[in-house]
Amino acid sequence: MSDNGSNGTGFIGASLKRKEDARFLTGRGRYTDDINLPGQLYAHLLRSTVAHANLGSVDISAAEAAPGVHAVFTGPDMEGVGGIPTGWLIHSKDGSPMVEPAHPAMAIGKVRHVGEIVAIVVAETRDQAREAAALIDIDYQELPAAASIEAARADGAPLVWDEADGNLCYDWEVGDRAAAEDAIAGAAHTVSIDVVNQRLVPNAIEPRAAIGSFDPTTDVYTLYTTSQNPHLIRLLLGAFVLGLPEHKLRIVAPDVGGGFGSKIPHYAEEAIITWTAGRLGRPVKWTSDRSEAFVSDTQGRDHISTATLGLDEDGKFVGLKVSTQANLGAYLSTFATCVPTYLYGILFAGPYTTPAIYCEVEGVFTNTVPVDALRGAGRPEATYLLERLVDKAAAATGIDRVDIRRRNFIREFPYQTPVALQYDQGDYDATLDLALEASDWDGFEARRSEAAGRGKLRGIGISTFIEACGIAPSAVVGSLGARAGLYEVGSVRVHPTGSVSVFTGTHSHGQGHETTFAQIVAETLGVDFEAVDVVHGDTNAIPFGMGTYGSRSLAVGGTAIYNAVQKVIAKGKKIAAHLLEASEEDIEFADGNFTVAGTDRSKSIGEVALTAYVPHNYPEGLEPGLEETAFYDPLNFTFPAGTHVAEVEVDPETGVVELVAVTGADDVGRIINPMIVNGQLHGGLAHGIGQALLEHCEYDAEGQLVTGSYMNYTMPRAGDLPNFNINHNTTHCTHNPLGVKGVGEVGSIGVPPAVINAVVDALSPLGVTHIEMPATSERVWQAIQAAQAQD
Amino acid sequence: MPAVTMTVNGVSRSADVEGRTLLVDFLREQLALTGTHVGCDTSQCGACVVHMNGQSVKSCTCLAVDADGADVTTIEGLANGADLHPMQEAFREHHGLQCGFCTPGMVMSAIDLVNRNPNPSEGEVRHWLDGNFCRCTGYHNIVKAVMAGADAMGGGS
Repeated sequence: MSDNGSNGTGFIGASLKRKEDARFLTGRGRYTDDINLPGQLYAHLLRSTVAHANLGSVDISAAEAAPGVHAVFTGPDMEGVGGIPTGWLIHSKDGSPMVEPAHPAMAIGKVRHVGEIVAIVVAETRDQAREAAALIDIDYQELPAAASIEAARADGAPLVWDEADGNLCYDWEVGDRAAAEDAIAGAAHTVSIDVVNQRLVPNAIEPRAAIGSFDPTTDVYTLYTTSQNPHLIRLLLGAFVLGLPEHKLRIVAPDVGGGFGSKIPHYAEEAIITWTAGRLGRPVKWTSDRSEAFVSDTQGRDHISTATLGLDEDGKFVGLKVSTQANLGAYLSTFATCVPTYLYGILFAGPYTTPAIYCEVEGVFTNTVPVDALRGAGRPEATYLLERLVDKAAAATGIDRVDIRRRNFIREFPYQTPVALQYDQGDYDATLDLALEASDWDGFEARRSEAAGRGKLRGIGISTFIEACGIAPSAVVGSLGARAGLYEVGSVRVHPTGSVSVFTGTHSHGQGHETTFAQIVAETLGVDFEAVDVVHGDTNAIPFGMGTYGSRSLAVGGTAIYNAVQKVIAKGKKIAAHLLEASEEDIEFADGNFTVAGTDRSKSIGEVALTAYVPHNYPEGLEPGLEETAFYDPLNFTFPAGTHVAEVEVDPETGVVELVAVTGADDVGRIINPMIVNGQLHGGLAHGIGQALLEHCEYDAEGQLVTGSYMNYTMPRAGDLPNFNINHNTTHCTHNPLGVKGVGEVGSIGVPPAVINAVVDALSPLGVTHIEMPATSERVWQAIQAAQAQD
Repeated sequence: MPAVTMTVNGVSRSADVEGRTLLVDFLREQLALTGTHVGCDTSQCGACVVHMNGQSVKSCTCLAVDADGADVTTIEGLANGADLHPMQEAFREHHGLQCGFCTPGMVMSAIDLVNRNPNPSEGEVRHWLDGNFCRCTGYHNIVKAVMAGADAMGGGS
């Protein structure tokens, strides 16, 4: 075998076309809303129209009497059903646990954000349910709202939760405060920055949906749901909310139309729909519309930060201190509390040798939609702050932007950062060099001059970054407050005639697992790619799993599958040795054949499989069958890294920013399918560019979402984006057998600061030193006007 | 309830619909053609694009009764048995899809573009796709696929 565990059949590393595409391209995908169950009823969820109010009377009588209506339930009807749990317990600096308020599935007594569910109406048709819901009369006794971090932390602010003084959920820290402050105090140069990382709406194009049903003959509940992690939903919904044992609850997440983090959490809708189906004894279906998604899908980012970096005479970073306030929304979603802490503060070494780092984070309740993971989850926020700060440091010290990064790169591995992580491998110079060459960095000034001749301000920006993916070693995350293990599960079933079914606990909602995982199995087991099918998304079919997020599916889930293949091979060797009348130790496996070493005597994997299921001539004491399961708990996070370069042209008359070029040089570890990997990079880049230039989720002071549709929330469109210049320099992860790291979040982490650094570079001749995201034409124009007014 | 009759993917279909029934709901719910998707409620995202009398329309923004007498083609009607339409094949070849949810609308929209403009430039493709959102691909491979699909449909220089 080669060092990647392959048998050299060429499946690993090949851009094979995707197995899943045939159904998607012909309209045969099967998304949750495509499914209809016999006897199905339709639910409409009535949501709060105000951000903060005591609930007076809720009169449902007219709705109950409306045509086609089967039932109307409100919060008190579900009282006693467990609240929606959160997955991480964070402790504050003083050791106290975070404030963890109750999270009823439907509002009881009070509503705390626009979009919170007040009632469910179930009727024969979707229209009947919607029309009946309009007849519900709710007495909202409105309260002042705390709709932003600033408003929630102000003196005398309205309290989202009575038990959370100052609307503080926790006041967390990581790193050595004294060491960082001392280093900064003694530094030759210091540079500070205030940044906002604006709130975003994930906007997977498939809206969420759920269908609950109950089978009275088996007492089994089934929930079809648009989830990235069906087993996690079974765990949370079953054990914490409805009190159902695992064998009485089946979760199916069929084809899912994108997630980006917004389909990780266990949502109240899943609990309400399942519970209602049980109450009524009929399947109940709910499909979100887009307006509903804007006020009920978890949202992302929303940080305010201030940071100071100390540098010595040579431009070496000596200390970094970061203070952040993170908006958690009104309720704690599944990963809400860990995203701005353990997925954020631990990233502040970046690719640099900064010896003293300290980060403190206030988690803040507000009267807004809950915040949870969004593509990158914490790591884009950290990277944006750090890479903006490094650019400011270059400007302050007069050191070239590329040079200052190079002076601080980590070059010896493993590298223990001052903020908990240990990087196993990387080559940051190589990706930097590659990006500079691919972007023609050295030729930029000529392009700037040429643009100036056309009246345009051209700028170039760079970001060198690292991310922590492949979440995560269970013991480590357990010690940090995770309430679940974060291993992954893979099963490999070799059928009697040699075809293979692979069962994975991860979930594919665009990532192409059905192809990539089949490539791994085809290569390592020496079978035909077409003979391998990958099954995901059904808790009844798959042993267990933790799902897909944090770029973990290949590094953790792929390794579990790889390990299961190794178990199959080990068992196959026993069977082959018996058939070949040789010692098990003498059997070698390659290219799908078990061979007696040094001879031409061999048995194929197909022959061994058939023997395993027809064990007439079989090793004594060995179980028949050829199917193995592996649980893989990773030894460490993986650390993809890279350099992104963005080039822009600004029209000084209008403030319009044109993104001219985007270059990525990435180290995502071993690449199984280059076509799919590049596609993941493209998507992440678009998401990151959306944050840098276009997207902004805004609430008014009363907590009304003012960007509540695609009419006023700016999604990246084809015309907003350039083609992407993608380059790779690969180092292998050292602690998983495939050497893989992860790719899904790279673009959204790396590119936003490159774009903003480019915009600031373009505007720097005018004296502009910072601009907040998104760098809209209005914002850029204002910055230009302000700079010119100062002249 | 009004009765409508239309040809859908070459087959005549008749049904009673409510006056307010959207074409997309008629296709998905009454004809069980679930390849046409709904991704928004403001006629922005384009997941619902079908062809009506040979031209792309957002089926979330027309009533079923508006399609009375029309010839409607959905994503299910493009392939000829196992043979994909050249535009479908181009999306597969160039990895122009990931989660697949926007894909039917993208493909239907792209075919209408090429019917109108057999040799679109990259800029023309990007401009045309203004009404089709994709959150997965960053459009890079979609644009590549549409250009290749245009060539395969008989355009190309």
